[in-house]
Amino acid sequence: MIFEKGVAGRRTSQYPAADVPEESVERLTGGVLRSSPAELPEMAEIQVIRHYQELGRRNLSVDDAMYPLGSCTMKYNPKVNEAVAAMGGFAGLHPYVEFFRAQGTMALLRDLEDLLCEITGMRAFSLHPMAGAHGEWVGMSIIREFHEASGSGRSRVLVPDSCHGTNPASASMAGFAVESVKTDDRGEVDIDDLKAKLGDDVAAIMLTNPNTLGLFESRILEIADLVHGCGGLLYYDGANFNAIFGKCRPADMGFDVMHLNIHKTFATPHGGGGPGSGPVGVTSRLEPFLPVPRIVKNPRVDPQTPLVWSMDFDKSVGRVAGFFGNVGVLIKAYVYIRMLGAAGLRQASEDAVLAANYLKERLRPHFPPAYDRSCMHEFVATPGALTEKSVRTLDVAKALIDRGFHPPTVYFPLIVAEALMIEPTETETLETLDRFADAMCEIAEKATADPEWIHGAPYSTPVSRVDETKAAREAVLTAPIEESASAG
Amino acid sequence: MVPEDCRYTKQHEWVRVEGGTATVGITDHAQEALGDIVFVEMPEVGAALGAGETFAVVESVKAASDCFMPVSGKISAVNESLADSPDKVNSDPHGEGWLVKVELADAAEVEALMDAPGYEACLKEEG
Amino acid sequence: MGFVPHVDGERRRMLEALGAGSVEDLFEDIPASIRNPRLDLPPPLSELEAVEALKDLEALNRYPVRGGDYFIGGGAYNHHVPAAVGAVTSIPSFYTAYTPYQAEASQGMLQAIFEYQTAIARITGLDVSNASLYDGGTACYEACALAMRQTRRRHVVFDRSVNPHYRELLKSYAHNVKAEITELDHSQVAADSPGRIAERVDDTAAAVIVQNPDFFGRIADYSALAEAAHARGALLVMIVNPVSLGILKTPGEMGADVAVGEGQPLGLRLNYGGPYLGFMAARRKFMRKMPGRLVGQTVDEKGRRAYVLTLQAREQHIRREKATSNICSNEALCALTAVAHLATIGKRGFVDVARLCLQKAHYARMTLGAVEGVELVFEGPHFNEFVLRLGKPVEDLFRAMGHSFEPGIRLDRWYDGLSDCLLVAVTEMNSKQHIDEYARRLRDWLCN
Repeated sequence: MIFEKGVAGRRTSQYPAADVPEESVERLTGGVLRSSPAELPEMAEIQVIRHYQELGRRNLSVDDAMYPLGSCTMKYNPKVNEAVAAMGGFAGLHPYVEFFRAQGTMALLRDLEDLLCEITGMRAFSLHPMAGAHGEWVGMSIIREFHEASGSGRSRVLVPDSCHGTNPASASMAGFAVESVKTDDRGEVDIDDLKAKLGDDVAAIMLTNPNTLGLFESRILEIADLVHGCGGLLYYDGANFNAIFGKCRPADMGFDVMHLNIHKTFATPHGGGGPGSGPVGVTSRLEPFLPVPRIVKNPRVDPQTPLVWSMDFDKSVGRVAGFFGNVGVLIKAYVYIRMLGAAGLRQASEDAVLAANYLKERLRPHFPPAYDRSCMHEFVATPGALTEKSVRTLDVAKALIDRGFHPPTVYFPLIVAEALMIEPTETETLETLDRFADAMCEIAEKATADPEWIHGAPYSTPVSRVDETKAAREAVLTAPIEESASAG
Repeated sequence: MVPEDCRYTKQHEWVRVEGGTATVGITDHAQEALGDIVFVEMPEVGAALGAGETFAVVESVKAASDCFMPVSGKISAVNESLADSPDKVNSDPHGEGWLVKVELADAAEVEALMDAPGYEACLKEEG
Repeated sequence: MGFVPHVDGERRRMLEALGAGSVEDLFEDIPASIRNPRLDLPPPLSELEAVEALKDLEALNRYPVRGGDYFIGGGAYNHHVPAAVGAVTSIPSFYTAYTPYQAEASQGMLQAIFEYQTAIARITGLDVSNASLYDGGTACYEACALAMRQTRRRHVVFDRSVNPHYRELLKSYAHNVKAEITELDHSQVAADSPGRIAERVDDTAAAVIVQNPDFFGRIADYSALAEAAHARGALLVMIVNPVSLGILKTPGEMGADVAVGEGQPLGLRLNYGGPYLGFMAARRKFMRKMPGRLVGQTVDEKGRRAYVLTLQAREQHIRREKATSNICSNEALCALTAVAHLATIGKRGFVDVARLCLQKAHYARMTLGAVEGVELVFEGPHFNEFVLRLGKPVEDLFRAMGHSFEPGIRLDRWYDGLSDCLLVAVTEMNSKQHIDEYARRLRDWLCN
């Protein structure tokens, strides 16, 4: 652990000496000084590098292995995107520069908004939300403002019982009460239950399409009519957009507001948990409520400054980010979209859906699908006959790690017991897909013969299963301040 | 067989009355379903709560469950030992794992709750 | 095209295994009327063409190539980032990894975040830190939300010396949850702020929010305000510049309950505003009320030390509408950047860079303040920023300075009383030569 590795006095290269006359620190700060320096590591640079190299070896990533995590879209992160985003003219630009100095980035962002509109059918986008959940909260705030502005203060939001936890959490943060709608036997929204729960106090329904079971809501047009019919709006959770981008547009399905997960569909790296980006798109009647500031054509004639940021939107939900969102992430998505074009987007979703269906069939003998129908880019399977041997989804996941794969999403959605949600994405080769299917089948066969073995998996990792109860009870979240360090 | 000296709610809370004070906790079934308890978020002593209101949140590694007042009254004590030993809720849910003590607002409310056989039947139904 | 590896023969094999005629069969559930829309996007580009197109866009940005020509701050600063930091963050095992939900396969990231949490707790002088939030601004409203949950009150108090964007964000958020805001004018003398704010804290207040150094760069001691807030049952939330904590009295030492801020100065590139790093540290008693992920230490089945995401029962995927926040993705890679930066500059370096900022900013303030026609707006201790009032319209200054020089930030967009005022930032990147050069350009412009 890094705080155990230093030796007092060790350091990497130093800062230069002050080249200005030095005054008393006490006087300059008014004596508002900390009593002692922060206990940070004292290491040589070689130690720092080796420390993180070692940690890197203890971390699985897409660059190492297939990550069939349902609803996460762990596709390959193209290196060209990294290189472009790191270019000095983009990465070195301060967010407070006068607008005439930022016309390159501003043009890129404006163009990206247009591209996303074209891809989704929405009228306008805000690129400010910095993650999917952030986009959800912004989208739900827009919905709230819209209803308040039209005089109908609606307080209820509907979500399917299969939804991701961020949906009710975001709706709640935006000031709504949340109610669940049941999923029917086919794995889609139960229309009768929906009708029973609709009313003129419903502000919106939040849907993912395909849903979290990997199934397309085939009655979406009917659902849209029903919800619009009682004055509600439709919110699209873009987490599963990889299944349909290029094939179908959320606006065409009847959605009024949506967010995209740039770090899923648009191939930007997950970074071990972020940064992501969650732009919000709206139809024209909701455009006035988008967050500020927005990029507009300069109302004054100034050849150096064709684009400006404007705060001049009095119905806006307000500022939602410190600056303009995760621009460094958005640049990567922009390059990706420019390289793929419409045909590339369509090919990506077709291959993603094909790969998922292929895996569903290959896994069927040991891992029956929860819903026996054609899936989209992901599907939910269960351990099938393994449960008779007391083998759980958790065990299968851990055994996969030993085989060099990241496990699929497990125990989600909540409506399927022992769920395994598998999303291969379009960027895995057929050989890899076959190797994954082979590994899953072999694990099932071995676990059937020897259930004890699988309860102890994984065996090949630096640590075996961890004591989560101890972690939560003791809640040690920081390292204790160490005694003066010995040789590391 | 669940303890006979208690009354029960459908949400798996138990109440035991001694004089005008009720002791409240969660049942063995509830602690089993939650798994290892890691923390209990307690109400303030002196808080007046109605039947059905949330008085505590019992947290395990995988879930955080609201606990609902089986009866109305004022919280007169909370089980402070659970701060260091939340595991008592798992090991002894009806004894050392009690959650709060309540000064009853209306003793009759207790009578309206399920008795031990009633709760057992309820558990069988839930399957 | 599009990074998909499949060739047609492979697609046919997959279709055969499915017993499907064509891929289009798999999209049958999409109503025909909305399936396969025509997308009017620009034609696809090869990597070579894409890079050239982006270089054309880059060329439209005018920015200083030399770090010393940046005198612009306001929450995001141009600091030196050692090359070792970039070497760490470009390790693919970190940046292409997912959230470390599978602990056995993710000890690297989990440990790195535990180390980050430790570093943030130590620099702020508080007990616990979370694994990061989106940025300083959103961290600010999350701190308010925490205070409101903790106290069950809805009233928040602050003055206008808090970052203007953060105040706007707070108002957007407050509107959602029907919180009340009391926003005071900033004090002319920073040392008066604690007393003036304390007067407006009553027992309806959930949180008092202050910033140190404030948006104008001024330093104050908020210990007395912490006491006043606590006496009335409110929390003190402090927004801090993490670099200043190299030498300044910490939020912990002042008695603050929660410290938040923008972690960009800890090794992140400016990136036109993001991705940045929201940090949050708090007293241990608020640990379970904190939003975001938390990494905890534990052991595995063999008793080996291990790390794991913990206290997840508070988070959205379990608690759903009753969660502490809706946050899911955070800024993990940025947190890694920050801790790698702190580990590289080390205990001594963290003090040195703060001292350099302090001394150089003071020199710049004296030197620029001495230019004829320039007025120093605020007295008292400052850290790495200060406000100048100029004798001519500030708008004209920027073009006069040339595109390779960033003189500061105009304050008229937020502060009516501060028109023709400039917020100037100085870091270790600004040499004495650069500062003297700035004074010279300023003198030339004012005299013409």
